[in-house]
Amino acid sequence: MMNSMAIESRPETARTGVWIGIATISMSFAAYTSALIVRQGANPDWVHFKVPPVLYFNTLVVLASSVTLYLAAGGGPQDPQLVELPATRARREIKWIYLTLGLGLLFLLGQIIAWRDLSSQGITLASSPSSSFFYLLTAAHGLHLLGGLGGLLFVAHRIARRSASQALRAYRAASLYWHFMAALWVYVFVLLAVRI
Amino acid sequence: MSNPHSSHDVPQQSFLRKYVFSLDHKVIGRQYLDLSLVAVTTGMILSWLMRLHLGWPTKAIPFLGAISPEAAGGIITPEYYLSLMTMHGTIMVFFVLTTAPFAGFGNFILPLQIGAEDMAFPRFNMMSFWVTFVAFVVLLAAFFVPEGPPLSGWTAYAPLSAVGKDAGPGQGWGQTLWVISIAIFCIAQLLGSLNFIATTLDLRTKGMTLARMPFSTWAWFITSVIGLIAFSVLLPACILLLLDRVAGTSFFIPSGLVISDRLQPHSGGSPLLWQHLFWFFGHPEVYIAILPGFGIISQILPAVARKPLLGPRVFIGCLIAIAFLSYTVWGHHMFMSGMNPFSATVFSVPTLIITIPAAIATLLWIGTLYGARLRFTTAALFCLGFISVFVSGGLSGFFLAQPAIDSYLHGTYFVVGHFHFVMGVAAMFGIFAATYFWFPKIYGRMMNETLGKWHFILTFVGVYCIFMPMHYLGLSGNVRRYSSFTVDYMKGSVPLHRFITVAALFTGAVQLIFFYNLFRSRFRGQVATENPWEATSLEWTTSSPPPHDNFGGRLPVVYHGPNEYGVAGKDGDYIMQDSPEPEQRASVSIA
Amino acid sequence: MVTSSIGRHEGTIVGRIFAILVTIITLVSTAIFLSRIWWLPPDISQLGVGIDHAMNETMVSTGVLFVLAQLVLAFFVWRFADTNDQRKIKTFPGGAIPMVVVAIILVGAEILALTLVGSKVWASIYVEKPDPNSLTIDVQAEQFAYYFRYPGPDGKFGAIHPDLIDESSGNFFGLDPANDTSARDDIVSASLVIPVNRPIQLRLHAKDVSHAFYVPELRIQQDFVPGLVIPLHFTATRTAKTEIVCTQLCGLGHYNMRAYLEVRTDADFQKWLNEQSSQ
Repeated sequence: MMNSMAIESRPETARTGVWIGIATISMSFAAYTSALIVRQGANPDWVHFKVPPVLYFNTLVVLASSVTLYLAAGGGPQDPQLVELPATRARREIKWIYLTLGLGLLFLLGQIIAWRDLSSQGITLASSPSSSFFYLLTAAHGLHLLGGLGGLLFVAHRIARRSASQALRAYRAASLYWHFMAALWVYVFVLLAVRI
Repeated sequence: MSNPHSSHDVPQQSFLRKYVFSLDHKVIGRQYLDLSLVAVTTGMILSWLMRLHLGWPTKAIPFLGAISPEAAGGIITPEYYLSLMTMHGTIMVFFVLTTAPFAGFGNFILPLQIGAEDMAFPRFNMMSFWVTFVAFVVLLAAFFVPEGPPLSGWTAYAPLSAVGKDAGPGQGWGQTLWVISIAIFCIAQLLGSLNFIATTLDLRTKGMTLARMPFSTWAWFITSVIGLIAFSVLLPACILLLLDRVAGTSFFIPSGLVISDRLQPHSGGSPLLWQHLFWFFGHPEVYIAILPGFGIISQILPAVARKPLLGPRVFIGCLIAIAFLSYTVWGHHMFMSGMNPFSATVFSVPTLIITIPAAIATLLWIGTLYGARLRFTTAALFCLGFISVFVSGGLSGFFLAQPAIDSYLHGTYFVVGHFHFVMGVAAMFGIFAATYFWFPKIYGRMMNETLGKWHFILTFVGVYCIFMPMHYLGLSGNVRRYSSFTVDYMKGSVPLHRFITVAALFTGAVQLIFFYNLFRSRFRGQVATENPWEATSLEWTTSSPPPHDNFGGRLPVVYHGPNEYGVAGKDGDYIMQDSPEPEQRASVSIA
Repeated sequence: MVTSSIGRHEGTIVGRIFAILVTIITLVSTAIFLSRIWWLPPDISQLGVGIDHAMNETMVSTGVLFVLAQLVLAFFVWRFADTNDQRKIKTFPGGAIPMVVVAIILVGAEILALTLVGSKVWASIYVEKPDPNSLTIDVQAEQFAYYFRYPGPDGKFGAIHPDLIDESSGNFFGLDPANDTSARDDIVSASLVIPVNRPIQLRLHAKDVSHAFYVPELRIQQDFVPGLVIPLHFTATRTAKTEIVCTQLCGLGHYNMRAYLEVRTDADFQKWLNEQSSQ
């Protein structure tokens, strides 16, 4: 039996959940990283290769998607009194969200191109430990990013419903996750570029 | 955000939504408990088969051949023995000791204790259970695959677990399903832990400050933090192992292995990497199993001793200290593994230090008993039994924590006795205590106390008869994970093994009393009142069982900590957490 | 409160039973430990003395803690039952502080003592370098046997080639005597024969999966890890014949993976070695 006040004062559990999720994902990437370092040091069978050039482009794409998602909120502070989103604003916000979504898909497409590029050179999952880690890390990141795409769809859905507070909560949670995905990609990319 | 419990009136729900894919934390908690009941029965039967084989290796076991094609004619082959052992360990550690005290009771009780209507993410919660269920089914499926069930132990050391069929029976689909099952289980636990943490942080009711949080909730909260870190490392480890098995990678498989006269097509991997990743999860897992027990004991003990827990803040400090230290000790499982011997000394120090907070907690429990007015309910007895077995198992850890002594005892039954006492039996006693204590809240009926007391007394004697002699076996050099003792110096230990087998069968049979009590009380037990044990925490302020939204449309407001026993309250010698009456100093006489 | 009387009065009897059981279990368990019916086999190793010393010390100190803790638990349970008199509850004298202090002092002191004693022994086995004059023997562990290799008269081991390992021709180490002169006189045996009182250094190789080398009488245990060569050194102080067993789960035949260890006098050992190389 929660009245609207209670809903307003409810803590942002979704955002808390995303923070905890970030901790989890960071921990598992820390595990992959330490496995990579140990494995590289264990034996001299590490084969260095150049990361596919499309990944540089992809890094720009994922960073750009972070910016477009930021712009979806209009960039400014939200009016806490606002109950219903004005239709024009909702349309504008959804446009930015879809742009972000498009960039996310473009990024995934880029990852697939990178994989095809490598496999055409004979660098496959099992061909050397360095390539194993390359496929593993990019796939793990890509899967997590897919979850972020789902989050963006949810935000668009919420904005379309035009309840200002619900849309804002969804946006704050999903965007936190999305920015983290961008940062995680930068980490993975640097790790791969340096180690592989 | 849509809130499935925003209305006091239970919405009309389909059968599936209400009982199967329910979003209600209470239903999910019960589902977890039922799953672990199935799991513990399976695990126990596996242990009986192992014990029978160890006592009488050549005797055929009636009916076994009919159930399991791997044991033709009821004879347990060496590889079938190892499969039994592997499945017993895996089922017990993951699907009982992690599932029951943490996911099961935690799910049911935690939201009630903090005054919430449900978990923070009911859908994740439902998924978490069903993902666990899938993991369990996948694991059981490993019993029925062509190359036989896995036999690499619950630790699945590479390269045995990684190289595939060449390494002998159980290394085909059986081992692959094992890895997949554990990876799925990790996902379920991550979802569950995330939910527990967010719920505890965000959904505490008005007045429920951290300092007023019940001890069991503290323990579940800290356990979920440990679980979040531990399982997010085990999941990548399982993925790497799976890739080694099915995709031809070489994370854990070194060069130049010749298995079944075949040079393996792998190179350069590190078997020790698997051990490090596994034990980085594996040791904290011990605390995931036991810390909920710590919380349960500390929650029940004041209610049955009718006095506050000694040093509540010190106790919570101990929990936090254990959580931190649990991540610094994993190498003590690897003293003999060929890792740098200097690091053994390094790992040995935190391993010994972690006994300090555990010892403090134990002393606090024993100190709480001093000057108490103990009511010997069955839950109380299991708490006392917990203290006794935890002391026994904890002390044998002093031997194993020292690398020099471990170089003799590692790999013997001493280790088996140690961890069964300290994480198996102790955690199980925590589960039993929780069951007898919270059963009325969960099912609205009381369990039979007379049967409960028989169950306790016989189980208590039984577990000492099983696991104390294992320490003697270990001292005499009896090696674990052997399906029979062909080695000359171990032949002498067979009589003691027979004694243990008899004790294990007896203790197992005693559990039938528990099962009978459990099922009969569910339907025929005396109807429970709101607060049968005169306890103080919020779950006892609502009806038994609680309504769909937990508190019937109101949210309780908290004025007191959970530890106010031995005072002159309005209802008796205790003050409920949500009672607005003023705080009192416990009316104690100082000895 | 109808049900609040559950476990009171009539329940005290079960508390007493518990207290008695804890006492009996404690005393019986302790007596069995003290009787040494099940105990370590006689030590035949130079460093075993230190391990046995550490073991005894730990046994005494944890034994005292075990008996104390269990008996205090039993006493409190017996003494502080709710007998429905009007007795007030009491707090432990001093509250939680003495518990913390006791735990830190007792356990802390124990830790210090044990670590100091234990790590010295540990270091002497696993950290310190072996005696330069020690006899080096290669050990190959495989599913489910051990093979031991002595360098032969030239004092040199032939190189190991995994691709040449062949069970049927008995080439357990993958030697290449055709091209490798140092491999030609290597002696391979299925049991480990060593001279008494001479430092031994083993080099542990695993052919397939992880195994372990455990000899209770020598008080040592060490895993074989595929891909690594792990050194292990010891000195046997008495002639004996005993068994080496595997303690690392290695597959279906794990329980039966063993080899004999024979500690012989120097003369006997030389004689055996000569017999082997003449074969």
